[in-house]
Amino acid sequence: MVFTIIAALLILAGLVFFFGAAVGLLRFPDFYARMHAAGKGDTLSSLLVIAGFAVYQIGGVHDLSHDWPLLLVVLKLLAIVVFIYLTSPTSTSALADAGWEDGIDPIIEPGRENHLEDDLRPPQP
Amino acid sequence: METRSPRNPFYAVLFFAVLLAIWVVFSGLLDPFHLTLGIISCGIVTWLSSDLLFDDRSVPLRRRAVQAWRLCHYVVWLTWQIVLSNIAVLKLAFSPRSALQPQIVRHRTALKTDFEKFLLANSITLTPGTVTIKILGDTFYIHAIDDASAAGLNGEMDRRIARIFEEPAS
Repeated sequence: MVFTIIAALLILAGLVFFFGAAVGLLRFPDFYARMHAAGKGDTLSSLLVIAGFAVYQIGGVHDLSHDWPLLLVVLKLLAIVVFIYLTSPTSTSALADAGWEDGIDPIIEPGRENHLEDDLRPPQP
Repeated sequence: METRSPRNPFYAVLFFAVLLAIWVVFSGLLDPFHLTLGIISCGIVTWLSSDLLFDDRSVPLRRRAVQAWRLCHYVVWLTWQIVLSNIAVLKLAFSPRSALQPQIVRHRTALKTDFEKFLLANSITLTPGTVTIKILGDTFYIHAIDDASAAGLNGEMDRRIARIFEEPAS
Protein backbone atom coordinates (compact mmCIF):
# COMPACT_ATOMS: atom_id res chain seq x y z
CA MET A 1 0.00 0.00 0.00
CA VAL A 2 2.80 2.40 0.92
CA PHE A 3 4.55 1.55 -2.34
CA THR A 4 1.39 2.22 -4.32
CA ILE A 5 0.99 5.66 -2.74
CA ILE A 6 4.62 6.61 -3.35
CA ALA A 7 4.30 5.37 -6.94
CA ALA A 8 1.15 7.43 -7.46
CA LEU A 9 2.82 10.56 -6.06
CA LEU A 10 5.86 10.14 -8.31
CA ILE A 11 3.69 9.65 -11.39
CA LEU A 12 1.58 12.66 -10.41
CA ALA A 13 4.70 14.83 -10.02
CA GLY A 14 5.86 13.63 -13.44
CA LEU A 15 2.52 14.64 -14.95
CA VAL A 16 2.81 18.13 -13.43
CA PHE A 17 6.16 18.61 -15.18
CA PHE A 18 4.75 17.16 -18.43
CA PHE A 19 1.94 19.72 -18.17
CA GLY A 20 4.45 22.53 -17.63
CA ALA A 21 6.40 21.38 -20.68
CA ALA A 22 3.25 21.32 -22.80
CA VAL A 23 2.22 24.81 -21.67
CA GLY A 24 5.74 26.12 -22.34
CA LEU A 25 5.72 24.50 -25.77
CA LEU A 26 2.56 26.41 -26.64
CA ARG A 27 3.37 29.74 -24.98
CA PHE A 28 7.07 30.37 -25.66
CA PRO A 29 7.61 32.95 -28.40
CA ASP A 30 9.83 31.18 -30.96
CA PHE A 31 11.21 27.87 -32.14
CA TYR A 32 14.35 28.00 -30.00
CA ALA A 33 12.58 28.93 -26.78
CA ARG A 34 10.15 26.09 -27.38
CA MET A 35 13.07 23.68 -27.59
CA HIS A 36 13.71 24.46 -23.93
CA ALA A 37 10.29 23.20 -22.95
CA ALA A 38 10.38 20.25 -25.33
CA GLY A 39 13.90 19.16 -24.52
CA LYS A 40 13.94 19.43 -20.75
CA GLY A 41 10.34 19.00 -19.75
CA ASP A 42 10.22 15.40 -20.81
CA THR A 43 13.49 14.33 -19.20
CA LEU A 44 12.54 14.83 -15.56
CA SER A 45 8.90 13.97 -16.08
CA SER A 46 9.76 10.68 -17.80
CA LEU A 47 12.23 9.98 -15.01
CA LEU A 48 9.58 10.59 -12.35
CA VAL A 49 6.89 8.55 -14.10
CA ILE A 50 9.27 5.64 -14.70
CA ALA A 51 10.53 5.84 -11.11
CA GLY A 52 6.87 5.56 -10.10
CA PHE A 53 6.52 2.40 -12.19
CA ALA A 54 9.69 1.00 -10.62
CA VAL A 55 8.48 1.67 -7.08
CA TYR A 56 5.17 0.00 -7.91
CA GLN A 57 7.03 -3.07 -9.20
CA ILE A 58 9.18 -3.24 -6.07
CA GLY A 59 6.00 -3.09 -4.02
CA GLY A 60 4.86 -6.30 -5.75
CA VAL A 61 7.81 -8.30 -4.40
CA HIS A 62 6.70 -10.44 -1.48
CA ASP A 63 8.83 -13.56 -1.82
CA LEU A 64 12.17 -12.83 -3.46
CA SER A 65 12.84 -16.40 -4.62
CA HIS A 66 9.56 -16.37 -6.56
CA ASP A 67 9.14 -12.70 -7.46
CA TRP A 68 12.65 -11.89 -8.73
CA PRO A 69 11.48 -11.35 -12.35
CA LEU A 70 9.81 -8.15 -11.08
CA LEU A 71 13.26 -6.81 -10.20
CA LEU A 72 14.36 -7.48 -13.79
CA VAL A 73 11.48 -5.24 -14.85
CA VAL A 74 12.95 -2.53 -12.61
CA LEU A 75 16.29 -2.90 -14.39
CA LYS A 76 14.54 -2.63 -17.76
CA LEU A 77 12.82 0.57 -16.61
CA LEU A 78 16.24 1.86 -15.57
CA ALA A 79 17.50 1.14 -19.09
CA ILE A 80 14.68 3.31 -20.48
CA VAL A 81 15.82 6.17 -18.24
CA VAL A 82 19.41 5.80 -19.47
CA PHE A 83 18.28 5.97 -23.10
CA ILE A 84 16.15 9.05 -22.44
CA TYR A 85 19.10 10.74 -20.72
CA LEU A 86 21.27 10.06 -23.75
CA THR A 87 18.86 10.73 -26.60
CA SER A 88 16.62 13.56 -25.38
CA PRO A 89 19.26 16.32 -25.12
CA THR A 90 21.02 15.07 -28.25
CA SER A 91 17.86 15.26 -30.34
CA THR A 92 17.06 18.67 -28.85
CA SER A 93 20.43 20.03 -29.95
CA ALA A 94 20.11 18.36 -33.34
CA LEU A 95 16.69 19.95 -33.88
CA ALA A 96 17.89 23.39 -32.77
CA ASP A 97 20.88 23.12 -35.11
CA ALA A 98 18.66 21.95 -37.97
CA GLY A 99 16.40 24.94 -37.33
CA TRP A 100 19.36 27.31 -37.55
CA GLU A 101 20.67 25.65 -40.72
CA ASP A 102 17.20 25.97 -42.20
CA GLY A 103 17.28 29.74 -41.62
CA ILE A 104 14.86 30.12 -38.73
CA ASP A 105 15.73 33.46 -37.12
CA PRO A 106 15.61 33.45 -33.34
CA ILE A 107 13.80 36.18 -31.45
CA ILE A 108 16.52 38.00 -29.51
CA GLU A 109 15.72 40.32 -26.61
CA PRO A 110 16.72 43.90 -27.57
CA GLY A 111 20.20 44.68 -26.26
CA ARG A 112 21.24 41.02 -25.88
CA GLU A 113 23.77 39.14 -27.96
CA ASN A 114 23.34 36.82 -30.92
CA HIS A 115 26.87 35.52 -31.30
CA LEU A 116 25.80 32.82 -33.75
CA GLU A 117 24.64 35.52 -36.16
CA ASP A 118 27.82 37.56 -35.56
CA ASP A 119 30.16 34.65 -36.27
CA LEU A 120 28.41 32.70 -38.99
CA ARG A 121 26.46 35.31 -40.94
CA PRO A 122 28.77 38.32 -41.14
CA PRO A 123 27.02 41.48 -42.35
CA GLN A 124 27.23 41.96 -46.10
CA PRO A 125 29.19 45.06 -47.16
CA MET B 1 49.03 2.43 -41.82
CA GLU B 2 48.55 4.27 -38.59
CA THR B 3 50.31 2.89 -35.58
CA ARG B 4 47.83 1.45 -33.14
CA SER B 5 48.32 1.71 -29.45
CA PRO B 6 48.86 -1.63 -27.71
CA ARG B 7 45.53 -3.36 -27.27
CA ASN B 8 44.39 -4.53 -23.93
CA PRO B 9 42.60 -7.89 -24.38
CA PHE B 10 40.53 -7.30 -21.27
CA TYR B 11 38.50 -4.71 -23.15
CA ALA B 12 36.93 -7.48 -25.22
CA VAL B 13 36.18 -9.44 -22.05
CA LEU B 14 34.60 -6.38 -20.45
CA PHE B 15 32.52 -5.70 -23.55
CA PHE B 16 31.33 -9.31 -23.61
CA ALA B 17 30.43 -9.19 -19.91
CA VAL B 18 28.43 -5.98 -20.36
CA LEU B 19 26.53 -7.45 -23.32
CA LEU B 20 25.80 -10.68 -21.47
CA ALA B 21 24.53 -8.81 -18.41
CA ILE B 22 22.16 -6.82 -20.64
CA TRP B 23 21.05 -10.07 -22.33
CA VAL B 24 20.23 -11.70 -18.99
CA VAL B 25 18.32 -8.66 -17.74
CA PHE B 26 16.29 -8.32 -20.92
CA SER B 27 15.55 -12.00 -21.39
CA GLY B 28 14.92 -13.04 -17.80
CA LEU B 29 15.15 -16.70 -18.82
CA LEU B 30 17.98 -18.51 -17.09
CA ASP B 31 17.62 -22.04 -18.55
CA PRO B 32 20.65 -23.51 -20.38
CA PHE B 33 19.07 -23.16 -23.83
CA HIS B 34 18.49 -19.41 -23.64
CA LEU B 35 21.77 -18.75 -21.85
CA THR B 36 23.64 -20.60 -24.62
CA LEU B 37 21.86 -18.49 -27.23
CA GLY B 38 22.90 -15.38 -25.29
CA ILE B 39 26.53 -16.42 -25.02
CA ILE B 40 26.71 -17.21 -28.75
CA SER B 41 25.06 -13.89 -29.74
CA CYS B 42 27.20 -11.82 -27.38
CA GLY B 43 30.31 -13.63 -28.61
CA ILE B 44 29.52 -12.81 -32.24
CA VAL B 45 28.74 -9.17 -31.44
CA THR B 46 31.95 -8.86 -29.40
CA TRP B 47 33.96 -10.33 -32.25
CA LEU B 48 32.39 -7.99 -34.82
CA SER B 49 32.09 -4.71 -33.00
CA SER B 50 33.93 -4.52 -29.70
CA ASP B 51 36.18 -1.91 -31.35
CA LEU B 52 33.32 0.57 -31.33
CA LEU B 53 32.80 1.09 -27.62
CA PHE B 54 36.18 2.42 -26.52
CA ASP B 55 38.43 4.67 -28.57
CA ASP B 56 41.69 4.28 -26.77
CA ARG B 57 42.31 0.77 -25.55
CA SER B 58 45.73 1.48 -24.14
CA VAL B 59 44.17 3.10 -21.07
CA PRO B 60 44.42 0.70 -18.14
CA LEU B 61 41.09 -0.72 -17.05
CA ARG B 62 41.64 0.52 -13.53
CA ARG B 63 41.56 4.11 -14.71
CA ARG B 64 38.43 3.35 -16.75
CA ALA B 65 36.82 2.08 -13.55
CA VAL B 66 37.76 5.30 -11.75
CA GLN B 67 36.31 7.31 -14.63
CA ALA B 68 33.09 5.29 -14.56
CA TRP B 69 32.76 5.86 -10.82
CA ARG B 70 33.30 9.62 -11.19
CA LEU B 71 30.82 9.64 -14.08
CA CYS B 72 28.19 8.15 -11.74
CA HIS B 73 28.85 10.99 -9.26
CA TYR B 74 28.52 13.48 -12.09
CA VAL B 75 25.21 11.96 -13.24
CA VAL B 76 23.80 12.33 -9.71
CA TRP B 77 24.82 16.00 -9.67
CA LEU B 78 23.40 16.42 -13.17
CA THR B 79 20.08 14.90 -12.12
CA TRP B 80 19.80 17.53 -9.40
CA GLN B 81 20.50 20.21 -12.01
CA ILE B 82 17.75 18.71 -14.18
CA VAL B 83 15.30 19.00 -11.29
CA LEU B 84 16.18 22.70 -10.91
CA SER B 85 15.95 23.11 -14.69
CA ASN B 86 12.46 21.67 -14.84
CA ILE B 87 11.22 23.83 -11.99
CA ALA B 88 12.64 26.85 -13.85
CA VAL B 89 10.90 25.88 -17.11
CA LEU B 90 7.67 25.27 -15.21
CA LYS B 91 7.84 28.77 -13.71
CA LEU B 92 8.69 30.39 -17.06
CA ALA B 93 5.85 28.56 -18.78
CA PHE B 94 3.35 30.33 -16.55
CA SER B 95 5.03 33.74 -16.35
CA PRO B 96 4.41 36.68 -18.70
CA ARG B 97 6.38 37.04 -21.91
CA SER B 98 8.61 39.76 -20.39
CA ALA B 99 10.22 37.18 -18.10
CA LEU B 100 12.13 35.85 -21.11
CA GLN B 101 15.25 37.49 -22.54
CA PRO B 102 16.22 35.07 -25.32
CA GLN B 103 19.80 35.36 -26.55
CA ILE B 104 22.52 33.28 -28.17
CA VAL B 105 25.89 33.30 -26.45
CA ARG B 106 29.32 31.88 -27.13
CA HIS B 107 30.97 29.50 -24.73
CA ARG B 108 34.57 28.41 -25.18
CA THR B 109 35.66 25.19 -23.58
CA ALA B 110 39.03 23.69 -22.77
CA LEU B 111 37.70 20.14 -23.16
CA LYS B 112 39.46 18.19 -25.88
CA THR B 113 37.94 14.81 -26.72
CA ASP B 114 34.69 14.28 -28.58
CA PHE B 115 33.15 12.38 -25.71
CA GLU B 116 33.84 15.21 -23.25
CA LYS B 117 32.29 17.71 -25.64
CA PHE B 118 29.29 15.44 -26.18
CA LEU B 119 28.85 15.18 -22.42
CA LEU B 120 29.15 18.95 -21.99
CA ALA B 121 26.69 19.68 -24.81
CA ASN B 122 24.14 17.26 -23.39
CA SER B 123 24.60 18.62 -19.88
CA ILE B 124 24.15 22.21 -21.06
CA THR B 125 20.96 21.23 -22.86
CA LEU B 126 19.63 19.47 -19.78
CA THR B 127 20.36 22.26 -17.29
CA PRO B 128 18.32 25.39 -16.63
CA GLY B 129 17.51 27.71 -19.51
CA THR B 130 20.24 26.72 -21.95
CA VAL B 131 20.22 24.67 -25.16
CA THR B 132 23.32 23.90 -27.22
CA ILE B 133 22.66 24.80 -30.84
CA LYS B 134 26.04 24.31 -32.48
CA ILE B 135 29.57 23.16 -31.71
CA LEU B 136 32.37 24.47 -33.93
CA GLY B 137 35.78 23.35 -32.72
CA ASP B 138 35.97 24.45 -29.11
CA THR B 139 33.20 27.05 -29.36
CA PHE B 140 29.69 26.19 -28.24
CA TYR B 141 26.77 28.34 -29.40
CA ILE B 142 24.11 28.28 -26.74
CA HIS B 143 20.58 29.60 -26.74
CA ALA B 144 19.81 31.01 -23.29
CA ILE B 145 16.24 31.78 -22.40
CA ASP B 146 16.98 34.53 -19.88
CA ASP B 147 19.85 36.55 -18.43
CA ALA B 148 20.25 34.36 -15.37
CA SER B 149 20.74 31.22 -17.50
CA ALA B 150 23.29 32.97 -19.71
CA ALA B 151 25.20 34.05 -16.60
CA GLY B 152 25.12 30.46 -15.36
CA LEU B 153 27.54 29.38 -18.11
CA ASN B 154 30.57 30.12 -15.99
CA GLY B 155 32.59 27.01 -16.71
CA GLU B 156 31.72 25.09 -13.55
CA MET B 157 30.35 22.26 -15.67
CA ASP B 158 33.54 22.20 -17.77
CA ARG B 159 35.59 21.80 -14.62
CA ARG B 160 33.41 18.97 -13.34
CA ILE B 161 33.67 17.11 -16.65
CA ALA B 162 37.42 17.71 -16.86
CA ARG B 163 37.77 16.26 -13.36
CA ILE B 164 36.09 13.00 -14.46
CA PHE B 165 38.73 12.33 -17.08
CA GLU B 166 41.81 13.90 -15.54
CA GLU B 167 44.93 11.79 -15.27
CA PRO B 168 45.78 10.53 -11.81
CA ALA B 169 48.48 12.63 -10.18
CA SER B 170 51.62 10.54 -10.35
